[in-house]
Amino acid sequence: MLHIVTKSPYEKNALDSCLRVAQAGNAVLLIEDGVYAAVRGGNAAEKLQKAAASLKLYALAPDIEARGMKERVIDGVTLVDYAGFVELVTSHPTNQSWL
Amino acid sequence: MEEEQTSAGKVKKFMMLNRKAPYGTVYALESLEVVLISATFDQDVSLVFMDDGVYQLAKGQNTKGIETKNFSPTYRALEGYDVEKLYVERESMDARGLTEADLLVPVEVLSSAEVGKLMAEQDVVLSF
Amino acid sequence: MKIALMINEGPYTHQAADTAWLFARAAIAAGHQISRVFFYHDGVNVASRLTEPPQDDRHIVNRWTKLGQDNKIDLVVCVAAALRRGIKDENLAPGFRISGLGQLVDAGIKADRLVVFGD
Repeated sequence: MLHIVTKSPYEKNALDSCLRVAQAGNAVLLIEDGVYAAVRGGNAAEKLQKAAASLKLYALAPDIEARGMKERVIDGVTLVDYAGFVELVTSHPTNQSWL
Repeated sequence: MEEEQTSAGKVKKFMMLNRKAPYGTVYALESLEVVLISATFDQDVSLVFMDDGVYQLAKGQNTKGIETKNFSPTYRALEGYDVEKLYVERESMDARGLTEADLLVPVEVLSSAEVGKLMAEQDVVLSF
Repeated sequence: MKIALMINEGPYTHQAADTAWLFARAAIAAGHQISRVFFYHDGVNVASRLTEPPQDDRHIVNRWTKLGQDNKIDLVVCVAAALRRGIKDENLAPGFRISGLGQLVDAGIKADRLVVFGD
């Protein structure tokens, strides 16, 4: 299953709720302000790195680049473009958007 | 209603995931409207309340003072629409100091992991 | 694959309508079909024909109209949500239609995937 997180972890609980519910082997895609979770040095990045052991982590590159964070993405997060976003949706039978 | 019926025999699993409190935003009310419509399609519908969505089910809602319709009695009417799968995530309920006795309908309380498992079994998850 | 989208936020305030449009374009480029886009909550405002952004800004409404017309996408605006917010046939942008919430459930049943874009 694919979890899509759209909100900054510093503003909303979308990421926390997603990580609480996500099952081992699930994929998590960060988009829009959700990408701030993947920024190195942040509290949320620590949580993400712990989760990376059992989840597959992705972030939408155009959203990261728009926010000036391209050089600051933590290891273990795979960057995808919109085509990659589509591919994640089609390759997982279920998706849920954490708004 | 103008709704068309779907191709015969195709039952899908729909989860309506409610994470927002009522009245402060319109999501709870408009989610409920989707639930009522979905009931007419004979699909397998589950409602999950987590995060602030748990507050949608709080007993004792009285909206007279904000001059807005109190839609909480509708949750009690869902059974009449054959919408009977109502789940609350325990962690969200506990974190808000609520218990099942504070809720206006009977629900099944699930752990976060159980919510995650149920979610992964769905065909469609509509999040509000 | 048949993919349906649900857009829950209005244009310009939230990124949802932009992300959904970029997603839809990429899906079509990859050979998928966007079977329906359902506009709900403030998302119904994406269908306002009266929208006039400044010239140096993207025109979100026209983008959807064009993508819809070029690819025969069913752009459905929820009637109840639309009437609440003053969106009617008389100010509906080309390519959109107003219909019931059943169209959302129907999209979920008939499409292979349904993706929600919101806030």
